[in-house]
Amino acid sequence: MVNYQARLDHTFAALVDPTRRAILARLEREDAATVSELARPFAIKLPAVMKHLDVLDEAGLITRSKSGRTVTVRLRAEPIREAVAWLRRYERFWSASLDRLAAYAEQKEAAARKKEGQR
Amino acid sequence: MISLKLVRRIAARPSIVFDALTTPDGIVHWWGPDDGPVLIAETDVRVGGRFRVRFRMRDGSEHESSGEYLEIRRPERLAMSWRWRGDEDAANESRLEFDLRTVPGGTELTLTHSALASEETRRSHEHGWSGALDKLVRHFQATATTEEKTP
Repeated sequence: MVNYQARLDHTFAALVDPTRRAILARLEREDAATVSELARPFAIKLPAVMKHLDVLDEAGLITRSKSGRTVTVRLRAEPIREAVAWLRRYERFWSASLDRLAAYAEQKEAAARKKEGQR
Repeated sequence: MISLKLVRRIAARPSIVFDALTTPDGIVHWWGPDDGPVLIAETDVRVGGRFRVRFRMRDGSEHESSGEYLEIRRPERLAMSWRWRGDEDAANESRLEFDLRTVPGGTELTLTHSALASEETRRSHEHGWSGALDKLVRHFQATATTEEKTP
């Protein structure tokens, strides 16, 4: 139980940070990436990226494997990859749809009020 | 179970929002991930009735989803099953729910889209992955809430 709680805390801490979320989203899209590839889009230094990776690793969300001087990073497990892909797909679908739904319904509301005002 | 929850405030009364969700006339105005056209919108709004919507994205690809209305309480609640055409695997069927609440100035809409647990996900739960998945879900919900639109 203690272990379970500790793992949840790790996972929570790991996901609070936008840089770490961006790293996870990228690892979901691309099968694997090296540490320097992951660092490139961010305006932070390599040691800072390494620290983020330590946090993700401790939370059980990624694995790192070393070959020579290159460290390759992957999402930890298929279920995590599946969950990220599923959520990303529907979040995109519904966010865009709901924006247009809101605009459409608000137009209808304005028209209905105008009509009611004329009565 | 993975589920996505989005909350929006809309400056329109719930009955107007409900009709936009359920009438072909409404659906053609908003359904889809980009502003490509809706090609087919059919709804049979009664419990056990079906809906079918086909849309084309700007990249030219066409997608169709359909399902069965499971719960209808105009204007506050709508639930339906959801499946993509071409994906006949019953395990990939998901569930979609809309809850509409009257708030000052309009409606608070809560959308919940849940995947039924796949074999893989269930296995992962047995191995103690559920905590990580739950947190992922909550993160996406938090992101969605920050984007919430206030009328």
